[in-house]
Amino acid sequence: MDQPLVSVRDLKIGAKTDSGREVEIIKGVSFDIAPGEIVALIGESGSGKTTIALSLMGHARPGCAIHGGTIRVGRHEVTAMSERQRAAMRGTELSYVPQSAAAAFNPAKRIMDQVVEITAIHKLMPREQAEAKARALFRALALPDPDTIGHRYPHQVSGGQLQRLSAAMALIGDPALVIFDEPTTALDVTTQIEVLRAFRSVMDKGAMAGVYVSHDLAVVAQIADRIVVLKNGMVQEEGATEQILHAPKHPYTRQLLDAFEPVPHVPLDRPQAPEPILTVQDLCAGYGVMRDGVPAAKILHDVSFRLERGRNLGVIGESGSGKSTLARAIAGILPAYRGNLLLDGKELAPLLQQRSKDELRRVQIVFQLADTALNPAQSIETILARPLAFYHGMTGAARKARVIELLDMVRLPGHLRHRLPSELSGGQKQRVNLARALAAEPELILCDEITSALDTVVAAAILDLLKELQRDLNLSYMFISHDLSTVEAICDEVLVMLKGRVVEALPAARMSTDAAHPYSRLLIGSIPQLDTGWLKGLEQDPALIAQFAGR
Amino acid sequence: MLRSATTWILVGQRLGIALITLLIVSFAVFFATELLPGDVAEILLGQAATPEAVAGLRTAMGLDEPAIWRFLSWLGGLATGDLGMSYVNKMAVADLLSGRLMNTLRLAGIVTLVCVPVALALGIAAAMWRGSWLDRLVSVLTISVISVPEFMVATLAVLVFAVWLDWLPALSFGVDVDSLGDMLRAYAMPVISLSFVVSAQMIRMTRAAVIETINTPYVEMALLKGASRTRMVLRHALPNALGPIANAVALSLSYLVGGVIIVETVFNYPGVAKLMVDAVSTRDLPLIQSCAMIFCISYLALITLADMIAILSNPRLRR
Repeated sequence: MDQPLVSVRDLKIGAKTDSGREVEIIKGVSFDIAPGEIVALIGESGSGKTTIALSLMGHARPGCAIHGGTIRVGRHEVTAMSERQRAAMRGTELSYVPQSAAAAFNPAKRIMDQVVEITAIHKLMPREQAEAKARALFRALALPDPDTIGHRYPHQVSGGQLQRLSAAMALIGDPALVIFDEPTTALDVTTQIEVLRAFRSVMDKGAMAGVYVSHDLAVVAQIADRIVVLKNGMVQEEGATEQILHAPKHPYTRQLLDAFEPVPHVPLDRPQAPEPILTVQDLCAGYGVMRDGVPAAKILHDVSFRLERGRNLGVIGESGSGKSTLARAIAGILPAYRGNLLLDGKELAPLLQQRSKDELRRVQIVFQLADTALNPAQSIETILARPLAFYHGMTGAARKARVIELLDMVRLPGHLRHRLPSELSGGQKQRVNLARALAAEPELILCDEITSALDTVVAAAILDLLKELQRDLNLSYMFISHDLSTVEAICDEVLVMLKGRVVEALPAARMSTDAAHPYSRLLIGSIPQLDTGWLKGLEQDPALIAQFAGR
Repeated sequence: MLRSATTWILVGQRLGIALITLLIVSFAVFFATELLPGDVAEILLGQAATPEAVAGLRTAMGLDEPAIWRFLSWLGGLATGDLGMSYVNKMAVADLLSGRLMNTLRLAGIVTLVCVPVALALGIAAAMWRGSWLDRLVSVLTISVISVPEFMVATLAVLVFAVWLDWLPALSFGVDVDSLGDMLRAYAMPVISLSFVVSAQMIRMTRAAVIETINTPYVEMALLKGASRTRMVLRHALPNALGPIANAVALSLSYLVGGVIIVETVFNYPGVAKLMVDAVSTRDLPLIQSCAMIFCISYLALITLADMIAILSNPRLRR
């Protein structure tokens, strides 16, 4: 067998916490990468996948340090090199494609200057030659206007384009190994396909080796030859992509794969209530200065739907489709300027301040990021006690008992009430976020992407919890998500939104078969499948993509 | 670099805001000085003055007219360069001020020339080698300088350089300035004292602004492209830190016009700040108002300039 291009042996990386404690975050990881091979590092947040990928370049984020083991890349012993030697290697022998290209491009410099910077730093070629090479890469990556796109500033191109431009930036120095750090996670599904295709084609042509860091098995299945499954800084399983997908050995790998299995939602069998819990009629909302009762930036256009009591409505669409704005308009945070909202058949005022306390209580909203929705300076008890005092006037021992009860409802132990949000895990925080909404004893909960920031296994547990709560409390959910499988798992009806309009409403269970609108079909067809041939076999109508995809 | 039309609209708006602010400030200055206790006519005529004499003087000085009318005519005078007459010594305020203003501006100019390059270099260097001995030394020095009041620095400077070592003159004005060497000697101590106070803030703010941009993903990206530390900081971080740095520099420098009274007193330097304090003790309203307006204008000009640098350096407004 050939000498592997990269050998990592018993790698240990430590980090210093804010309190000064040393913790080991990578605990003895070993793997090899052969020349021309693409290896995926897969795992949930905190598994150490990005830390390992960066360590290949000899870089540890502030607070982290390589404590032991060896990393060999080509002829270099990365762990034994000086910072100057490592700098000489970065960009030429191995390079990096960041998670968020939008953040990784310097806003103050033109794209071309940043793409060819590697050739300037390492004095690889004259400027004209580098620019010509960059334009060739732009073409290979299927970027629009390859001859002029380099003259623009990063804020003048779209997210999907920036991500491909960052790949051009990584490839300009002809590296032997490219590290992709979750490069499509921040993109919409229809954009993701285009970017994955572009990556795939340049990697195949250049015969470069790659490290692909991701939490998404379906994406990885399209691009990697081999998969390394990580958890808590340790390798759980390593094997060829087909083997990992179809014959996983480690229970954790099976757990990851199980999270992909669609769990069909069984609607609760309850007598139909006479009135729908929520009726929305021709709702229009927007942002900006109001002129003649119409805002400067109109977001929602004539949205209408009904949500029956005890049922769940999914709202899907890509970023900018107006999903969150719809939730904000229903909650009254952003008052609708036209249209009607009926709660249980009764008219609901558009503005939060004009609604009665009881109306406020009956509709609760849960935000996407528990990290920012929970006050970091308040204990869980204080956070949960506030709605109890506001809506139900509870005090003292009764309130404390109710806080414990609420925590129990979201399957958290009662003693957690003394903790601060920062002392909880991501899944626990989202449960507290949910418990705060439950404290009001609502009838309708607006869930705005509440599982999107969570790892698949944790998100699946939250969905189970939502279903249990619905059975016990007769709740109705409006569930906003860009992830179609979670919507399928919990919703009865689905609204497909595009540019602030509902393009189609259909039953969730028959979403993939019944979708009639071309955009719904494009959206549903763009979700990566756990099948290594999916991307290659996928055929999409270019006219359709040009019309609807947000790039 | 090309600027889009929006950039120039923003710059125009900022200038407009500055003008409006100036108008409001002039209003505030005029009526605040009106509130000063004591009546000018009574003070000028002394305790033995008869009520008739006081009334006569008031009419002669125009103090009887409504305040808003006096404000408007004063404002008109300001706009045309006529700052009015001093109540106390019957000289044109413009003549009283011009010499003093030149002195103040000369001192401020020298301090700026000395301070800004040194402070920026130290601030950027401290950020670049964050956590190194240089960074720690700079941090300790700036904190000690900020915490020591300036009269202390000035007095110590006099004690050491003028009294013990006898290298420099204790008073910087009135010394015969024949050569460049003499001038350097005359200005050395006020410049040193002021530089201490002004540059400490600049160093700290520059360091913080640069460190903030160093912690962004695009600077990490530069590192992963193989860029050296100097390149990371000077090419990638610094252009994005220009706005906050310009503001920190402007805030520190604005102190040099109005806030230097202590240093002017210690070194007996006849600047505008000292003139204003003297004017307050003699209730010389036109002089007080003019001094206050000078402070406000210089402050506004510096802040507006800094804001415009921030607008012009904002890449999102570029074409």
